[in-house]
Amino acid sequence: MAEILIKNVAKKFETYQALSDINLTISDREFMVLLGASGCGKTTLLRIIAGLETATSGEVWIGGKRIDHLPPKDRGIAMVFQNYAVFPHMTVFENIGFGLRMQKQPEAVVQERVKRTASLMHIEQLLGRYSGELSGGQRQRVAVARALAMEPDVILMDEPLSNLDALLRLEMRAELKGVLAESETTAIYVTHDQVEAMSLADRISVMNRGEIVQAATPMEVYRNPAAEFVAGFIGNPPMNFVVADRAENHQWRVAGEHYSGPKSDEDQIHFAIRPEDVVIAETGLDARVRLVEPLGAHLHVTCDVGGRMFRAVLDSGLEVKAGDHLKLQPQLDRIRWFDKNTTKALEV
Amino acid sequence: MSTSLSNTSTVRAGRWVYGASVALLCAWVLVPIYLLLVNTLSSPAAVSGFPKSFVPEFDTASLEFFAGFSGMVSALINSIYVAAITMVLSIVIGAPAGYALSRFDFKGKELFRLLILLTRAFPLPLLALPLTVMFIQVGLDDTIFGLALVHTTLAIPFAVLITFSLFSGIPVELEEASWTLGCTRLTGFRYVVLPLILPGITASAIFAFVISWNEVFAAAVLTIENRTLTAFLLQNLDTSPLHLKFAGGFILVVPALVFIFAVRKYLFAMWGIANR
Amino acid sequence: MNSNRLPYLLILPVTLFLCLFFLYPFFQVAGQAFTNDQGLTLANFERVFSDWKFPISLKNTLLLAAAVVPVQLALALLMATMVNRMKKGRDIVLYIWTIPLGISDLAAGIIWLAIFEQSGFLNSMMHSLGMIDRPTSLLSYKSMGMVFLAIALAEIWRATAIMLVILVAGIGLIPKEYYEAAEVFGASPWKRFTRITLPLLRPSLQTALVLRVILAFEIFAVVAALGGTLFPVLMGETYSYQFDLLDSGSAAAIALVILGISIAFTLVILRALRVPKGAQI
Repeated sequence: MAEILIKNVAKKFETYQALSDINLTISDREFMVLLGASGCGKTTLLRIIAGLETATSGEVWIGGKRIDHLPPKDRGIAMVFQNYAVFPHMTVFENIGFGLRMQKQPEAVVQERVKRTASLMHIEQLLGRYSGELSGGQRQRVAVARALAMEPDVILMDEPLSNLDALLRLEMRAELKGVLAESETTAIYVTHDQVEAMSLADRISVMNRGEIVQAATPMEVYRNPAAEFVAGFIGNPPMNFVVADRAENHQWRVAGEHYSGPKSDEDQIHFAIRPEDVVIAETGLDARVRLVEPLGAHLHVTCDVGGRMFRAVLDSGLEVKAGDHLKLQPQLDRIRWFDKNTTKALEV
Repeated sequence: MSTSLSNTSTVRAGRWVYGASVALLCAWVLVPIYLLLVNTLSSPAAVSGFPKSFVPEFDTASLEFFAGFSGMVSALINSIYVAAITMVLSIVIGAPAGYALSRFDFKGKELFRLLILLTRAFPLPLLALPLTVMFIQVGLDDTIFGLALVHTTLAIPFAVLITFSLFSGIPVELEEASWTLGCTRLTGFRYVVLPLILPGITASAIFAFVISWNEVFAAAVLTIENRTLTAFLLQNLDTSPLHLKFAGGFILVVPALVFIFAVRKYLFAMWGIANR
Repeated sequence: MNSNRLPYLLILPVTLFLCLFFLYPFFQVAGQAFTNDQGLTLANFERVFSDWKFPISLKNTLLLAAAVVPVQLALALLMATMVNRMKKGRDIVLYIWTIPLGISDLAAGIIWLAIFEQSGFLNSMMHSLGMIDRPTSLLSYKSMGMVFLAIALAEIWRATAIMLVILVAGIGLIPKEYYEAAEVFGASPWKRFTRITLPLLRPSLQTALVLRVILAFEIFAVVAALGGTLFPVLMGETYSYQFDLLDSGSAAAIALVILGISIAFTLVILRALRVPKGAQI
């Protein structure tokens, strides 16, 4: 059992508050992705869990044991670094076996586990090579194998794919998912790439300015963002926001159309819809087309709705050009509402 | 057509001038050393004779005279001892500070850097003057160890700055990876950092050796009976015959040739970052 | 491990060492210079300043620095740019050019003595070219210009390498793209040198000049080997006060003068070649 418990963790660098009051529970064998833009504190949180950074306050528990006072080596974790950190003066074999040798495992165990993890990562044929003789992708595999060979309770990954080129990243992403599912370890994975997060995660914690804004399954994060930040961060193009004016009771006027929404004391709230959840119809939001980008499968249409930029992903068969006036009809069950001031989601 | 022709000939002329200047500058460095070699490998009579031959006779009489000159061999040995102690001390004392500078942010770091840089901006050998008094008080006067301490002061700023830049060249992630793989700070250093840094450490140790080996002023001030080679030669400059000076000078130069060759790869790397 | 205390533990040895062998003697020198048997006094300075050799040695030291350092700077810059565009043989040329770095000032003095002494190679060459009939004494009080030239040449020969190393390292830090950009905008090689290399090299120039100027004021053994007592310099005077005259108060006073000049020049150089924050590479 390696459930991870993060209680009230905060981190302050000199005057800069990197993390404020983080609370998070990661269940055993869960694949948790920490997602956010650079500087949001995701890497700091990972390093606090690893023991490479000390929290200013708060507690970290792994498998029912409080570990925030322990050095990294006694936490039952293994880590994959962004630039791999493959030791250049050791062969691939020595790299993968390094942790086991440090644990003073019998040589037979070292041999067996190195070979097993190496074949799992498809690098058996590289065991005699040095890091300088490996490609970026191969180094990445060594770094993962080195972590897996430890058979850790928890594996921590800090943007492990960000230094690979696009094709290799896709390949490694799929492979990582398979290997980690098989290894049955709890995983925490830091990335700024939302696609990577969506495809890998059991749950995603979206972070912003040192706080976790939402921690939920990928589909939940996508469909029901807890705040405008999440809605705007995830999805490409991101969610559209339009100002909604109170009409009556539950009715809100949005760009010349009325929609039923939440009960709110505010006079204005935000109406939100994903770009792919609108269609051209007889009635709908008033839109003036500014720019059309044909992307093959879809048309990305950038319009002006209610004085704001609004993006729609439409069928590529449509004939739309800049200057056109359209009516964009949202799929009603996909409409979301946000408080203008708190930016938090509003329940309907 | 004609412009391109004149262009190629200018380029060719430029290249020729360039090559010639490189060769000339190499000669500027090498010829004086060669002339010293000629003198060293000539008999004492030839050294003082006129006109001089520009090729050596390969006569070892000068060197033999040097080896037999009273006090010379022990001065040579003293020089080696002092330089060796300086080398060890400056690395043992300096490298930890270099590591601290490259790996930690701590209060007073800038002040510490300033102290290090200040020492480099001072005519340090001058400080040997008051140390004579202090050394007499503690019984270190006229000892090899006492002089080595002063030479270590000379070498330490370099040792700190060079090791600082060497450690900075090793990604922190390598060390962190070792900690997540079961190392403590100490074993991580031992198994990951040290093997990677060793050639650079050797180079900066050699640099410290050269600093001490070449130092004249403090050596002359602080030693009386236990002269180092430089102090001995300096003191006997007025009285010793030419061939002795030249042989002594040659012995001083030889290690320099070897050392600079040994550390040549690091000379630039260490200044590249260290002058920040 | 407590990583708050660790860095202090690591710098402790150096700090202690420098306090003991740098700060302490520094204050000692200052103390010695300003005291004698009767207590606090300026007598040491008065004695030093009234010595007829002091103005000469001060003048000699400054003149030497003024003659040597600019030549070295120009030479080092030339060598550094030459090496920078070199493809073949760069390593060997750099090795040769940096050899003097490892050669002591005393050895350098002796090397140039071999050339300039009466039966030396310069006289031999002039003889074989038929310019002179018999060897003349080049390093005597009758030819002070020659003494100065010999010392200056020996210094230039010996200590250009340290500047070269610093400058080559500095040039290596300048990204190639800047030169390519300048070339695209039509800058000539000379313009590229003055508009890109020199400004971006400022931190290295700073280091190189400070180090070199300080060493220039410390000149001692080269002079001792080539000029002997003919050509007094400040450092040599310090030595002779200490040993020949056994007057450590005056030695300390001169030491302070050298220190003062060094600091003054360091400040001037740092100020003149200051790099604004944010304009660094």
